[in-house]
Amino acid sequence: MYLYPRWIRFWHVLNALLCLLLIATGLCLQYSGQSRNLIPFDKAVAMHNSGGIALSLSYLLFFIGNLVSPNRKFYRIRGQNLRKRMVKQIRYYALGFFKGEENPFTVTEKDKFNPLQKISYVFIMYLCLPLMILTGWGLLFPDKTLPGVFGVNGLILTDLFHIISGFIVSIFLIVHVYLCTLGPTTGSMFRSMISGYHVGH
Amino acid sequence: MKYSLIFDSRLCMVIALIISIFPIVQSQESEEVTKQETEWVSDFYEENEECLACHGQSKYTLYDEFNEREVNKLMCECRVVIREDYYSSNHKSFTCVDCHDSDYSTFPHPAALRTEEYYTCLDCHGYDEAYARYHFEEIDEEYALSIHAELEEEGFSCWSCHNPHTYKINVRNTTNLHETIVYDNNICLDCHSDFERFHLLTERDEINIIDQHEWLPNQARHFANVRCIECHTQVNDSILVAHHLLPKEQAVRLCVECHSQDSRLLTTLYKFEAKEKRNKAGFWNGAVLQESYVIGANRNIYLNIISVVIFLIAITGIGIHIYFRSRMKRAKKN
Repeated sequence: MYLYPRWIRFWHVLNALLCLLLIATGLCLQYSGQSRNLIPFDKAVAMHNSGGIALSLSYLLFFIGNLVSPNRKFYRIRGQNLRKRMVKQIRYYALGFFKGEENPFTVTEKDKFNPLQKISYVFIMYLCLPLMILTGWGLLFPDKTLPGVFGVNGLILTDLFHIISGFIVSIFLIVHVYLCTLGPTTGSMFRSMISGYHVGH
Repeated sequence: MKYSLIFDSRLCMVIALIISIFPIVQSQESEEVTKQETEWVSDFYEENEECLACHGQSKYTLYDEFNEREVNKLMCECRVVIREDYYSSNHKSFTCVDCHDSDYSTFPHPAALRTEEYYTCLDCHGYDEAYARYHFEEIDEEYALSIHAELEEEGFSCWSCHNPHTYKINVRNTTNLHETIVYDNNICLDCHSDFERFHLLTERDEINIIDQHEWLPNQARHFANVRCIECHTQVNDSILVAHHLLPKEQAVRLCVECHSQDSRLLTTLYKFEAKEKRNKAGFWNGAVLQESYVIGANRNIYLNIISVVIFLIAITGIGIHIYFRSRMKRAKKN
């Protein structure tokens, strides 16, 4: 089943690589020490800034792509029995998977994300990533950020939101990559994102 | 035009930026302090006026006895003492002749006075219990090691940086750090961005501060938020403001010297604050937060702990899942 058009696959790979670069350089900046830095501070700053600008463009591609293509329908969350469907999906990952049960969600051309995927993708793509990108631009142009909010230094708030959203994206990335190994074979879902064809159970 | 005083337009922009920040950040509190200081009346006001009548403004008046008329002349800029500055400075309680030769009371002043030797800081402040907490002797030792001390033959002295007519201790008194940064950086810029003054002491070519610091990212922001001495002095734990100016080759160029948990800013710019507020509001190097935010130096302790815990939970969860998957695979094979 052809589910992943070329532009989505291109964006997905680009997004993944940029996120990895930004996580690595971001950690180097956050935990910089006077010695033993994985990447020297000045280089980490340059790489993080460039990576951040590239991620903004990549996000723009995703956002516009979703606006003009039918791909946006996959992110529409239906409220009907949502909690029930989510619990079912969690139960499958935690127990059913090991008992050899069928995945409660079947990928179709109309609906390619299970409820857990949908909630997490919408949270990451429409809340976390925009927040991370906006605060990133705020840190890139610190003179343009609010000097203070309710007596708290505006830069601190901007940086805190940037770090928190960055951390959430990092955790998402780890879990996302792992859950992608739960296909028919460990590598089948990764191959799908290269070929564009989904392989069902 | 090599030796002419030409301000690079970018240098002007940086200086304008630094100066423009000054009125914005000046607190009402400090304005009140300044007002109180300028309203202070010296016991020697009248006595000082004998000098300030000429030296208190940019022109003075001579009486031409031959033509029987008064003639206005321009006062040399370096001989002008602004009353407001002097009477709000640390030396405001002195009379002019406490420090200057009493022969200045004769007019025209004797030519020999032009090479009058000035007191040094230690002449009054050295080896005196009243000033012990300022460690003037140690400041002098530090200064003796600095590159500035090498220029003494050419006329460099304490006064080259600390104008006795305007100098006031800043870092202990101010509630606004930006005020201190502007004040202290202007001391350096007085010579290092004014080639006429710079050339009084050295034959070196003109320095363009902007070009010299081309390598520094976010240059304007650094210039507005830290003092020159943060990078150009040897840190000293016992004195508040380091005086051991280093040769340019030894100036700080490593970002992590400031942008790290062991940030040197805590031993320089924020030394006074840091003693009391090391870990303010759960942030490492919290003293820095009052005025600024330094990436790498300010990390939130609680966020760090929470993030490590969440990371470990995620990894453990995945680890357990992998364990049961491999058990399931083995069971299927058997």
